[in-house]
Amino acid sequence: MTRPFQGLRAWLLQRVTAVYLALFLLYVLGRIWISPPVDFGAWRAWVAQPMVSAMLALSFVMLLGHAWVGVRDVLLDYVPNLRLRVALLTLVAVSLIYLGIWFGSILVRTLGS
Amino acid sequence: MAYSKNRPVYLNLLQIRFPAPAVLSILHRVSGVLMVLALPVAVGLLDHSLRDPESFAQVRGWLSSIPARLAFVLLGWALAHHVLAGIRFLLLDMDLLMQRAPARSSAWAVNLLGAAAALAVLGGVL
Repeated sequence: MTRPFQGLRAWLLQRVTAVYLALFLLYVLGRIWISPPVDFGAWRAWVAQPMVSAMLALSFVMLLGHAWVGVRDVLLDYVPNLRLRVALLTLVAVSLIYLGIWFGSILVRTLGS
Repeated sequence: MAYSKNRPVYLNLLQIRFPAPAVLSILHRVSGVLMVLALPVAVGLLDHSLRDPESFAQVRGWLSSIPARLAFVLLGWALAHHVLAGIRFLLLDMDLLMQRAPARSSAWAVNLLGAAAALAVLGGVL
């Protein structure tokens, strides 16, 4: 941890992603309020629109970044044992990356269907 | 730092009085961790719901079960509290709400609105 601004970068990432996610939440709530997906066809057609897919992909990346900084902060604060902390951070990182690949594969599959 | 060995140490959580901003802050963490733990389930449900009409109907069935409804109440609270507390933290970053009175009253407002959101979701899923 010798790089300067290490903490500042995480702090900034947390806030930029937070503002994006708050706006995305407003959009999703508004979308559900106006016209909730009534059946499978409407649901898949909505996700399969290229613009919607791209927006969902961007949003999930933002969500993963936000989650990473948040969980990292929590583990840094509450797990003083270095080995255990590194192990947990690794587990979280691998899990989040796995979720990202999974989410991406769902979008690709839906776009192609 | 030098300090007396006889200094009073109160780690009895029942004796420590947490001001509203402290409650808000710890609940911000709790709600965040809860949502991260729910994330794999959410992605799994999304995956299944986009497969075919039968899977979609299955997901709809799961989501209307009693455990899912309880999860909605908990996660509804978590999302509302997390977002509102987060907006309050952003305002603090802009040097707003820095006096003790507005800091505390805004924290009370967020804590109560989070609980209100949980009640609203409860009303919605009953």
